[in-house]
Formats: sequence, C-alpha cells, structure tokens
Amino acid sequence: MKGLIVITLLGILSLLAEVFNVKKLIYPIAIIGLLFALIINTTEWNNTFSWSYSDKMVMFDNLALAFSSVLIITALLWLMMAKSYFNETANVVEHTSLVLYSLVGALILVAFKSLVTLFLGVEILSIPLYVLAASRKKDILSNEAGFKYLIMGSFASAFLLFGIALLYGAAGSFDLEKVTQTLSQEHLPYFTYTGIIMILIAMAFKVSIAPFHFWTPDVYEGSPMVITALMSTIVKTAAFAAIMKLFMISFYPVFESYVHIISWLIIISLIIANLSALNQNNTKRLLAFSSISHAAIMMLLIIANVRTNLSVNALLYYAWAYSIANITAFAVLRIVAEKRGETIDSLKGLAFEKPMLAFAMIIAMISLAGIPISAGFFAKYYVFSALLISPYKWLIVVALLASVVSVFYYLKLVIAMFQHTKQNHKEQFEGLSISGREVILLTICSLLLIASGIYPDIIANIFLVK
Amino acid sequence: MIGNLLLLIPLVGALLLMLPNFKDNARKIALFFVGLEFLVSIAAWLLNRSSAHSLLSIDITWINAINAHWSLKVTGVSLTLAILNAVLFPIIFASTDKNHSDSRFDYANRPLFYSLGLFMQMAMMGVFITRDAFSFYIFWELALIPIYFICLLWGAEGKEKITLKFFLYTFFGSVFMLAAFIYLYHHTALVTNGGYKSWNMQDFYKAGQLMTPAQQTVIFWMLFVAFAVKIPIIPFHSWQPDTYTNAPIQGTMMLSGLMLKMGLYGLLFWLVPIVPHALEEWKSIVMLLAIVAVVYASLVAFVQTDFKRLLAYSSMAHVGLISAGILSGTRQGMDGASVQMFAHGVYIVGLFYIVHLLEKHTGTRDIHNLGGIRNLNGQFSNLFLIILFGSIALPLTQGFVGEFLIVTGLSEISLKWAIIGGLSMIFGAVYMLRSYRSIMLGDVVKTNYTFGAMDKKDKFSLFFIAILVLLLGIYPQLLSAFAGQDILQLLSK
Repeated sequence: MKGLIVITLLGILSLLAEVFNVKKLIYPIAIIGLLFALIINTTEWNNTFSWSYSDKMVMFDNLALAFSSVLIITALLWLMMAKSYFNETANVVEHTSLVLYSLVGALILVAFKSLVTLFLGVEILSIPLYVLAASRKKDILSNEAGFKYLIMGSFASAFLLFGIALLYGAAGSFDLEKVTQTLSQEHLPYFTYTGIIMILIAMAFKVSIAPFHFWTPDVYEGSPMVITALMSTIVKTAAFAAIMKLFMISFYPVFESYVHIISWLIIISLIIANLSALNQNNTKRLLAFSSISHAAIMMLLIIANVRTNLSVNALLYYAWAYSIANITAFAVLRIVAEKRGETIDSLKGLAFEKPMLAFAMIIAMISLAGIPISAGFFAKYYVFSALLISPYKWLIVVALLASVVSVFYYLKLVIAMFQHTKQNHKEQFEGLSISGREVILLTICSLLLIASGIYPDIIANIFLVK
Repeated sequence: MIGNLLLLIPLVGALLLMLPNFKDNARKIALFFVGLEFLVSIAAWLLNRSSAHSLLSIDITWINAINAHWSLKVTGVSLTLAILNAVLFPIIFASTDKNHSDSRFDYANRPLFYSLGLFMQMAMMGVFITRDAFSFYIFWELALIPIYFICLLWGAEGKEKITLKFFLYTFFGSVFMLAAFIYLYHHTALVTNGGYKSWNMQDFYKAGQLMTPAQQTVIFWMLFVAFAVKIPIIPFHSWQPDTYTNAPIQGTMMLSGLMLKMGLYGLLFWLVPIVPHALEEWKSIVMLLAIVAVVYASLVAFVQTDFKRLLAYSSMAHVGLISAGILSGTRQGMDGASVQMFAHGVYIVGLFYIVHLLEKHTGTRDIHNLGGIRNLNGQFSNLFLIILFGSIALPLTQGFVGEFLIVTGLSEISLKWAIIGGLSMIFGAVYMLRSYRSIMLGDVVKTNYTFGAMDKKDKFSLFFIAILVLLLGIYPQLLSAFAGQDILQLLSK
C-alpha cells in the first residue's frame, strides 16, 4: 500500500516539476522514487495484518506485493530503456507522470478487493496509455494507434462496467468476498453468468486474447517502440493478476460455467497468433502476435487452476520471465530501429557489427521461445506442469504445437542477425551508438534471464509449495 | 565429484573463450581444455575399475520447488559415452587449422567456434551422466543451441533454411519429451516413500511400470518421437542428410559422432526401462521403422557422389541397426548397442576427418572427381582403410563386436530381422569399398590436384583413431565389461 502511495505522489511530483522548473531532474527522481517504492513494498512482506483501506477497496497481501514488485522492477527497467524517448520530446513532464499513473493503475489492479477498484484500476492503467500511444503527434500511425486503442479500450470498459453491474445485481455488493459467497449458492439468476462472461470479454480485450485481439498488432505497430514495450509488459502482468484474482479465486464456485469458453479462447488465440506471426515482416507486429500467444499460454494457467500456490507461483514466474525478455527485445529493437527501421531485415548483420546487442537479443528470443537455460523455459515448464495435473490435459497438445511453431518465428529474428547483407554492414550500422546505460540495461536483463533460468527457486518459491 | 569436473572443465573453457582477449590462441586454449577433460575421463575410467564409486556419483538438491536434483553418476554406459565424448573432442578440435587462409574453413581459430564446441561438450556430457530427468531435459536442449549456431554461422550455402529445419525437428521432438517427463513426474508420488514427487531415474522406472497400458503407450510414443528425431529413425530423418552435408565438418563430427548418441542413450535408459509393456506391444512397429531406416539409408547411400553425404546416409543405416538392437529389448542387442555406440562414434568421426582432409587437399568431395590418391600419399590411404574396415565391421575391429552382438540380439526376436539387419553390413561393405576404390585407387587423371604430406596433427589424429578401432576390436572388454553390467541391471528391473 505504501508503494502505491509513493508512486502516486511521484506522479504528482513530476507534474509539479514543470512548475518548479526542474525538468532535468525528473528522470533521476522517477528512478529513485521507484526504487524507494520497491523497497517499501518489500518491507510489507508477510505482514500478518493484511492492509485494507476504505471499506475493503484494496488489499495488499503477499500476492499483490509480489506482483507489484514485479511491476515496479519492470517499470524501472523500462525507464532505463526509454531514456531517449524522454529526451526527444518537449513533454517530458507529461510523459513521466502518465507512465507513473499507468503504473499506479497496474498496482491497483493487482490489489483490488472490490469490483469498483477493479474498474478504477483498469481505467487508470489504460487512459494514460491511450495518450502515450498517440504521443508522436506528427506521426499518422501513432495517431491511429492511439485512436484505435481508445475506441477498443472504451468498448472493453463498457463491457466491464456492464458485467460488474450485472454481478452487483446478483450479489448486492461490490466486495469480492460477498460475490464469491453469492456465487456458491445454488439457483443463481441467469444474468450472473452473463455478467461473468462480460467481465471475461473485457479482460480478454485488455490482455489481447483472440478473438478480441484485433487492435493489438496495429496499436503495437503504430505506437512509439518504448510505449509498445510498456503495453506488452506492465499491462499484461497487471491484467493477468486481475484475471487470476477474478477467475481463479473469486468466481471459482462457478468455474465450470466459463472454463470451456476460456479453453476455446485459448485454442483460437494460439492458432491465430502463431500462424499470423509466421508471416510478419515488422518486428513490432511479430512481437504483438507473440504477446497474444503468451497471453493465451498464461490463460492456460487460469484453466489448469490446481487450487494451490503452484498456479500463483507459475503465473508470477511467467509474468516475470515474459516481461524481462520483452523489455530486452524491445530495448535492442529500439536501438536498431533508430537507424535502420523496424523490419526484420533491419536486423541483418547485427551479430557481426554489434555482437553485444545480438547476444542480448538471442537470450531474449531463447527465453520467449522457452528453451533452457532461460527464465522462459521454466515459465513454460510450470504451465505444462500445472496443466498436466488438471482435468484439461488435452490442451497440452495445442500448447506443445504452439510452442514449436513459436520457435520458428523467434529463430527468424536470430537468423536475420547472422545474415550477411549485400552492402557493407559497417556503413549500415554507422552511427548506431549504444550508450553506457543501455549496456548496463542489457547486461542486467540478460543476467536476470539466465540467473532465474538456472536457479528458478529465487522467484518460484515465493509462495512456498510443498 | 568427477561428474562435476567433467561438466565444469568445458564450461570454464567455453566462458573463458568468450572473453575478448583470446583472439590469437583460441585453438590452443580449447585444445588444453578438451585435453584436460580427456584426462579426467580417463581418471573416471580408472576409478571405476578400482571400484571407487563414491567419487563417481553425486546427488544434491538443485531446485527445491520441484524437487529436481543435481544427480550425476559416471558409471556403466554413461562412463562409456562420457569417455567417447572426451576422446572425440580433442580430435574434432585438432582437425581445425591454425590459419584460416581458406575461406571455407573460416571458423578455424575463431574463439566463438571453440567456445560453442566446448559448450556443446558440456551439454552432451550432462545428458550422458545425469540421473535426473529434469536436468536430462535441460542438457538435452542445451546441446541443441551451440550446434545450431555452429551450423548457422559456418555452414555452406542455404544454411538458414537447413538449420531452421534441423532446429524445428529436434525441438518438436523434445517438447513431447518434456510433456512426457512432466506426466511421469506427477506419477512418481505413487512410488516414492514419502509420497513426494521426484525426477529420479529409478523412480521414473517404477512410476512408468505402474502405469496402465494406455498411459504407457502415450508416454512411449511421446518419448520415442523425441529420441527418433535425434537418431534419426524414419520417418523423422529428413533433416539429417542436409544438415550433415551443410554443416562445417567439425559440426558434422559433433552431430554424427556424439549428438545422435544422445538419442540412442535416451532410447536405452529413458525409454525401454520406463515403459517396458508398451515396448512389448509396439515392438514390431518401431523395430520395423528402425530396420527400414537401415535398408533405405543403405540404398540411398549407393547413389551418392558427394562423399560427405554418402557418409551421412551410411551413418543413418548404422544407427538404425543400433536402435533396432536397443528396441529388441534383448540382452545381446542392448550389449551390442552399447559397444557399437562407442565404435560408431570413433569411426564416423575418423571418416569425416578423412572427408575434411580430402577437401582440404584436393578441394573436392565428389567421388567421381577423385582418384589415385593412394599413389600420392600411401600413409593416408592405409589409415583410411583401417578406419573404413572399422565402419564395415570387419572382424578384429570394434564395429564387428558391436554389430555381431546386435544381429545376435535381433535373431532372438526373429530371424528375418537378423537377416535384414545383417544385410546392411554387406551393403555397407559394398558402398564403402566402392567409394574407397574410386577415391584412392586408379590414376590421377580426372582433375589435377596434389595430395602432399599430411600435417603432423592430422597424421596423429588419424593414427589415434585407427589404434582405437583396432584396440577395442581386439580387446573389447576394456569398455564393454562395465557397460554390460549396467545393461544386466537394466534388464533385471
């Protein structure tokens, strides 16, 4: 809870920075503030008294704290990656505060205790992102992305609100515990299920599960690279924490009523995402489809729902591995894109000219593809493991095939880096500079990916399973 | 203890070579590390003889959350393959040249090349000596990454497509293995004392044997696909000839000499004992696949003109026979397989070494463009002949011991398998001797090339391989004694 307050204050502070004319200090202040939030977040760990403010709106239990730590770490890495984005625009202040408020929304989303805070979290998370997606004002694609995201996002919000209203009609309360109690009764009114399905649709929009994914490739492609990275990491992690709280814990009494819908959504997503990714030539679009595929695999954990800490651990670990790998990949792509554009061909010859970038990219791809010894492998392992003790074992076949196909397009990026171009590479990569900050970022990310791949206990044992 | 050393030495070497300050003596450093590894493997062999087994095994917890152990054991067949791994890598690295004046051998003296090679040695060593299914899978996948990059970076024309196909095939197989292993892991709770889940090999055996026939069948096929892709057994073979031909010669040596042994080892230790009932049920089908591979590959080898590609098919035929021996489930078959795995590794690397020398000296691998080399370099042709005898299983070579035992094992199942399997030995003799005649005998008339004296290191390596082929043919007990015990234990389970 204190972390949430710190970050909110940080957002206000960065708005005030304009007034006090300390624009240049914003970046270090944001980083130090987030580090402080992270530390203060961990001090609340294992607090027997679970925090509950203003009529049970949010609760920061261990689950929420773990997820918010992952979110803050991702945000820190993201800030390191996005420095130059802040340099290039005049609106440093607005951008910083928008990002911080988006993070606030994400933290609310992992800690909500009531359907009202769920809606608030989703909105606080999304609205800054609509603005950020359109933040390249003169770029028509960026405008399109922002507009599309806004329209689609509003749709999802409408669904969410309608779903919440219907659930409120059944339970007579916004409180999640009350909702669970109501759902465990027999003879529920029919509109309860409609409400749950509508919430499911809204959340599927947010994490871009097919068939609600159509906005993803366009928005990812149009937005500035760093904002795409933000959308594909923080939004996913937060939204999945919310999905877990809703569909694995709170709505569990009526699990049977929506599990089949989710499993079909997963199958459709895995097929569409993996097949579409095969033919992409734009790296951002490719990673957009990859993110859909990863969302579907995380959804498998919701289905597996083995009712132990195993699922929670697995989801946390997956979010961690996926976020770090994605940040790494986007950091490399952003550096390359500055000089060479966003197509896969732009990576050609990278391994010969900038081996450091190529190495980080390989680690990220290996992790996303789920090959040992990377964090991504254990993430995949935990999903398969949970799935194989659930009643939905047959889904493993789809997941395995999807995982093989995904290797194909991740390797496409790797192969491109080792391809020779017709022209001399030296000239092509001339002027492509890697700053010390980026070197540090890529080193940290690669080390984190490998270290949590060799010794997954660091994260996988947070909620002890025995 | 020894197991840790065996893994640590190549890993340290690989990491050391990644540092930027070893540009000039990368080859020397790499040779030092593989040499050290070789000595350690010999030490393991001596310790095994003196039955100091406590030094050879280790078992500590690695990942608490899933009860995965760091469990290594360098005995029995694992020891044989560990020695094979340690023996072949010095030869593979020795085959590179100090200067890479020739653009085709661009990898020579590149730190990255040796680093990847050492990494691969580490991963394969892990596959051979681990007793824990989880780390087995990890090492299995890890071995794929360095060889993928070796092929991708230094392969011949068209390497992108070929390496991608290779990677996808093997990855396809291994994800099924992962799923099968996880399924088995969840079942081990029934057989362990405390009711906890375990990745231990012995627990897997017990858990697998308790399963219903339907479950065993599913596990059997999932594991079989994984191993069959690596070996390769028809119909999962189509990546092999292209990859072998396209890869740089050292990559081909690693693939054929060692990497496919991972598949065979998997069949022997991670398939047959886990699902024995399913094996009984499906034996005729999988053995048919293996034997068909033998005949098919032999026939295709007949019409190849590229000597490297011919060897790729010949290797497919030989390992088809080895897998048939393992899948027969008989003691002779499995014994023979364990001997033949070593023998095949040694002579196939020798033969690819010869391809490398031919290409280096004459600039071609095409059998029809070669001829009369015996007149130019008699020593080379004699060494070639000895290694070739090993490959066609002439008595007094190790190949003979292995293939003879395998065919005996096959005849226990059915005489027709033995006859068809035995035919492959004759086929092998025909196409190998024919290509020897075409390359070595006759006159140098077709193209003009010279074949001067071999480098010292090449001479020494070939000599070493020839000695190994003969020594283990005359006295196979050196390695097969303890491997045999291992298999006896396996069958008694």
